[in-house]
Amino acid sequence: MSALEIRNVRKDFGRTRVLREVSLSIDSGEFLILVGPSGCGKSTLMNAIAGLEPVTDGSILIGNEEVTWRTPAERDIAMVFQSYALYPSMTVRQNIAFGLEMRKVPKAEREATVERVAKLLQITPLLDRKPSQLSGGQRQRVAMGRAIARQPTVYLFDEPLSNLDAKLRVEMRTEIKKLHQTLGTTIVYVTHDQIEAMTLADRIAVMREGRLLQLGTPDEVYNDPVDMFVASFMGSPSMNFIPAQLVRDEHGISLAIGAASDPYRLPFPAARTTPDLDAWVGRRVVLGLRPEHISERTPWGEEDANTHPLTTEVTVAEPTGADILLRVRLGEDEVNARVSPKQNVTPGDRLPLQVDMARAVLFDPERETRIA
Amino acid sequence: MDNVIRVQTPGALLARGGIYAALIFMAVVYLAPLLVMLLTSVKTLEDIRAGNLLSLPREITFQPWLHAWSEACTGIRCEGIGGYVWNSVQIVVPAVVISTAIGALNGYALTKWRFKGQEWVFGMLLFGCFIPFQVILLPMAQTLGWLGLGSTTTGLVLVHVVYGIAFTTLFFRNYYVNVPDELIAAAKLDGAGFFRIFLRILLPVSTPIIVVTVIWQFTQVWNDFLFGVAYSSHETQPVTVALNNVVNSTTGVREYNVDMAAAMIAALPTLLVYVLAGKYFVRGLTAGSVKG
Ligand SMILES: Nc1ncnc2c1ncn2[C@@H]1O[C@H](COP(=O)(O)OP(=O)(O)O)[C@@H](O)[C@H]1O
Ligand SMILES: [Mg+2]
Repeated sequence: MSALEIRNVRKDFGRTRVLREVSLSIDSGEFLILVGPSGCGKSTLMNAIAGLEPVTDGSILIGNEEVTWRTPAERDIAMVFQSYALYPSMTVRQNIAFGLEMRKVPKAEREATVERVAKLLQITPLLDRKPSQLSGGQRQRVAMGRAIARQPTVYLFDEPLSNLDAKLRVEMRTEIKKLHQTLGTTIVYVTHDQIEAMTLADRIAVMREGRLLQLGTPDEVYNDPVDMFVASFMGSPSMNFIPAQLVRDEHGISLAIGAASDPYRLPFPAARTTPDLDAWVGRRVVLGLRPEHISERTPWGEEDANTHPLTTEVTVAEPTGADILLRVRLGEDEVNARVSPKQNVTPGDRLPLQVDMARAVLFDPERETRIA
Repeated sequence: MDNVIRVQTPGALLARGGIYAALIFMAVVYLAPLLVMLLTSVKTLEDIRAGNLLSLPREITFQPWLHAWSEACTGIRCEGIGGYVWNSVQIVVPAVVISTAIGALNGYALTKWRFKGQEWVFGMLLFGCFIPFQVILLPMAQTLGWLGLGSTTTGLVLVHVVYGIAFTTLFFRNYYVNVPDELIAAAKLDGAGFFRIFLRILLPVSTPIIVVTVIWQFTQVWNDFLFGVAYSSHETQPVTVALNNVVNSTTGVREYNVDMAAAMIAALPTLLVYVLAGKYFVRGLTAGSVKG
């Protein structure tokens, strides 16, 4: 059953077109993450779902019921805001119970719910405090408690963790994931943190300039991006875009990188070639390779048909602890590579690396769309 | 010590001394009339004739105050201004309460519930702040006549409410603009409606601006003379009008001490309001956003 469906939603503010024909559908219990650069319309879409802003065109269905023209109160939705939006004059207890009170839930039941929610979020000792007496992380929990208390059909989270410091953010991320698993709730969650997106989502929706570019599982969005924008938005450091020439020889299709006189050649996996690719033979394309696909040589790499050796100069080495990020020369450009921290690397060295082409993608250099 | 690090050169000390001298001088100039009033109001008439304005009373008497309160003549009647103080209270309390309440609701609606033409409504209200009393004197008299409210306390309350709404709305609007919209959005999602959000979410955080508005309106309405003299009868006159009559209708010996006592009585409520709530007034005027 789809918990939430958005059909061709448009939203204009005067002459500014903020949402342009957005359509998506979310299953019950699904965790959908909305990502995109600042100003692309994520909050506007959330406000439209919540009923805080009327849409210009299109329709919104919650639990298979048309709600496009219903008030926020009539939509059975709870929202967690970036600023938490806790009622300043009320205690934590009153904050959590307010929605229930407005919906005429009897007092005894309200109190039981508050206790249950507080226990779940470990905020029982804070129940009688005012929001001004809480830390950022505690406010965040209270804001979630307020949403959970009502048990709505759909939860909306608009950048709920972006006001927390890094450590707390990771903790709360895990906690939200756990909550989603225990409660089985349907969540639409906005973030511009792509790690949050990858770790939390069942599916990710990537937006740009009011349009939905791609909707897919984290794996699809990461490994199978529809265009260069999605490819560069997900992943850190982001995907390498390497100018190359598509050539065909007796071994099949490959990519020629660098000087035309002495190019470095990378065969493109035969399994991934499409008939459309023929039209690109002899033309310039963009090869997309993630940093982790350029790494130190491994025993399996020697045997794998899609893995090719590359010995090249290192210009920058940045150890992150878990691995080392490198800038290395490839053709006339530099690209990002990722090697194990066991490697002994000094800038200026020539290092034997390998390129794994199994996940390589190709883009149209002009339109920035995916070719293969 | 006041915990500030300052330049201590002779020049700087001299400059600071100069600033203090100027400030003290201006404070004295400003406070002198009040002092004269107070001194004169507790002197006997002989005392007043014998000394000058600033001389201390030889003996303190509260007779002028009692006289002003219950015996001083306003026109042909000699009942003091006590009754008129009560008239003023009857005008001020409803006028302040109603105009503040409407201003709060207006400010809330203008900032948190967007509607067509709101810019226009706000523009007109702002314009209302700049309409001088004199301009509306005649049309308002006519309107009150039509409404059958001429020379009544209700009529005066109405005039002050209408005139005050522009100011009270402006105060509340500027305060509520700083309350985050997300707070209202959250309450809407929680199922609260227009009035519930106002009463439960906004009003509890509005104390500073309510204090500012009440002081402002109280002072405006209590001190009003023009509307009072224009739209009241002898029965409904506010104390400001009565004070004028006391001062103007003295025949024979001019009882300065009684005049001064009457003026003090008329001014005391506004003075008291400032003394009691002035701290909140300043705090409210400078209050920033409401933190969640
Ligand atoms: N009330 C509004 N009036 C006019 N423009 C708005 C309004 N709200 C948002 N916008 C515009 O819509 C665009 C998308 O905003 P928003 O949805 O907040 O972006 P995001 O949440 O993705 O950062 C921005 O360019 C913003 O300026
Ligand atoms: Mg946003």
